[in-house]
Amino acid sequence: MTNAILTGLMLGGMYALIAMGLTLQYGVARIMNLSYGEVLIAAAFGAQGLFTGWALSPFAGLAFVIPVAFLLNLAIYRVLLSPLVRRARTRDALEVDSILATFGLAFILQGIMLSMFGGAYYSYSYLASPVHLFGETIAANRLAALAVCILLGGSLYLALTQTRGGTAIRAVAVDPAAAQLVAIDVARTAAFTFALGGALVASAGVLISTFLTFSATSGVVFTMKALIVVVMGGVGNMLGCLVAGLLLGVSEALVASLIDPGLTLAVNFALFLVVLLVKPAGLFGRASR
Amino acid sequence: MTTSTTRRALLLAAVLAAGAGFATAAAAQTSIKIGYVLSRTGPNTGGAAVTTLPNYEMWAKEVNDAGGIKLGEKRVPIEIVAYDDRSSAEEAVRGIERLINQDKVDFILPPWGTGLNLAVGPILAREGYPHLAATAVTDKAPELAKRWPNSFWLLGTSTGAAEALVDLLVKLRDEKKIGDTVAMVAIADGFGIDLSTAARPALTKAKFKLAYDKSYPIGTQDLAPIINDVKALNPDVFVAFSYPPDTLALTEQSRIAGFNPKIFYTGVGTAFPLFNQKFGKNTEGVMGIGGWSGDSAAIKDYLARHKAARNGAEPDRWASAVTYSSLQILQQAIERVGKVDRAAVIKELQTGSFDTVIGKVKFENNLPTRYWWVGQWQGGDFYGVAPAGNVGARAAIVPKPAWVAP
Repeated sequence: MTNAILTGLMLGGMYALIAMGLTLQYGVARIMNLSYGEVLIAAAFGAQGLFTGWALSPFAGLAFVIPVAFLLNLAIYRVLLSPLVRRARTRDALEVDSILATFGLAFILQGIMLSMFGGAYYSYSYLASPVHLFGETIAANRLAALAVCILLGGSLYLALTQTRGGTAIRAVAVDPAAAQLVAIDVARTAAFTFALGGALVASAGVLISTFLTFSATSGVVFTMKALIVVVMGGVGNMLGCLVAGLLLGVSEALVASLIDPGLTLAVNFALFLVVLLVKPAGLFGRASR
Repeated sequence: MTTSTTRRALLLAAVLAAGAGFATAAAAQTSIKIGYVLSRTGPNTGGAAVTTLPNYEMWAKEVNDAGGIKLGEKRVPIEIVAYDDRSSAEEAVRGIERLINQDKVDFILPPWGTGLNLAVGPILAREGYPHLAATAVTDKAPELAKRWPNSFWLLGTSTGAAEALVDLLVKLRDEKKIGDTVAMVAIADGFGIDLSTAARPALTKAKFKLAYDKSYPIGTQDLAPIINDVKALNPDVFVAFSYPPDTLALTEQSRIAGFNPKIFYTGVGTAFPLFNQKFGKNTEGVMGIGGWSGDSAAIKDYLARHKAARNGAEPDRWASAVTYSSLQILQQAIERVGKVDRAAVIKELQTGSFDTVIGKVKFENNLPTRYWWVGQWQGGDFYGVAPAGNVGARAAIVPKPAWVAP
């Protein structure tokens, strides 16, 4: 039981970690980013390259991957997405346009990775050592991912709620038109948030690459998982993201060890359905309009 | 004005090209057109990129470097036409139709995986193309071979795989090397369902105690709960009918949890070079599906050529060598017939015997007579250990040595 909860927490931490970037990109910048998983995989390849090529630990690799991902995502937003933002009359229109644009972007990114790395599976071992916690044995790399997730999620939550810049970001998430009236540069804030989301998902990719097997085509799995967590937690809400991720992870692990590992997906979707029925805007979401 | 001139010029060029096409078709065969449809994107990519594509490309290059396929007195180069099936059965069938009707290829190499080979079976049978399925494991193989006489099923049946494993376990139990508790997990997808369905009755019949028998959905990202539960049951034998990502995850998790049964067997992916790269010394004693005669000179030579051709990358130690052999078999059959006569080539495949990297292959009712079903990592190579009657079979190392810190 302790073991199931521990593994569940770690799995949930991973889910939350995967989803944090998307909740920013979708919640604030209003970009429903379907190339999200591909960015995650690209970062995983980056970490794998740094590790196997230069023997650089993935955690040190973060210092390199995060700024690169931030700048690349900023460029993607400026070049590809800001024309859509300018053209869109309503937020709903922007959502539809961004889905189409990022769907295309997903294929471009996947194609680039396929031509660079081929279609084969990649996996390497880092921190794959046992750690003893509460009398149970768990993997150090998964524990590290959970720790980084809580650290990132916690500090982002504080930054969003306690700082002026964070308040501006939340203001844009709630009402971009009104935010302009109080002298918030909405376009800039949205671009910054999108890039921040990209940096977050890249760090998730780096951490995940230490314990999951990935290939150039496995991005879509992560996009789907992130989407479920984001919608369940409430779009644009960091805390919701964390809670929803952990909830999914723990329920999955409990079902796997108490009932049957074959039912994990069923439980995931059942939980998702129940949350949407009870709180259509997600656990921490406020119904808009 | 300019555009219409251009258009006219293009039309002229097209007519000329078409005329040239007729001319070559009428003359003697100057090349053999070989087409294939392969998963270059989508979920099958990981398997196809390791097992199938390197062998197709390597073989085509080797054949052309040697001057081509021998038709009668002269050698004719091969020309490759390839499409991506995006891991979808409809796309694969469409691709094959296009190869046949539009590209008019002389021969077709099969796609990767059981599902896609089953999907393209009917059209290849209808159009009379030889179908050497080198990456399909299905219990339907004998039946399909009868229904489609053009089809050859080189990897055999899942019942064969499961029974060979159980036979090995029975033998080891008779030798008092293992007890009789078995824990079995399987992925809830084609391969895992087939294999576990075949293994369950075989294990029960052999009076093994099935202490754990569960399945998990495809794409499960944390298999720790399974390993923890299995470890608590302390079985002698752990059997996982898994896919590559889970094979790696189950092995890693077992090492971390210190779960070290006397026999540790995992599914697809155990034979992959990636498995060796990732686990290094910890591969010692791990069993899995497949294997090859690593001691044979032909296999050693194949491994060296594969590494040279693929920038150091190694083949997987199961279906890769079988895939390469299927190409050698096709080439030898074409050369014996001496012309592009698909019906005669199929006849030759059914009756002839062929020299390949996996040894002499002769089909009986369109199925090979020997397979490697259980392999084991021993000293950095994945040797076939069962069926024990195969040429080059090694003795299994039991119990599996303890995991070491990486």
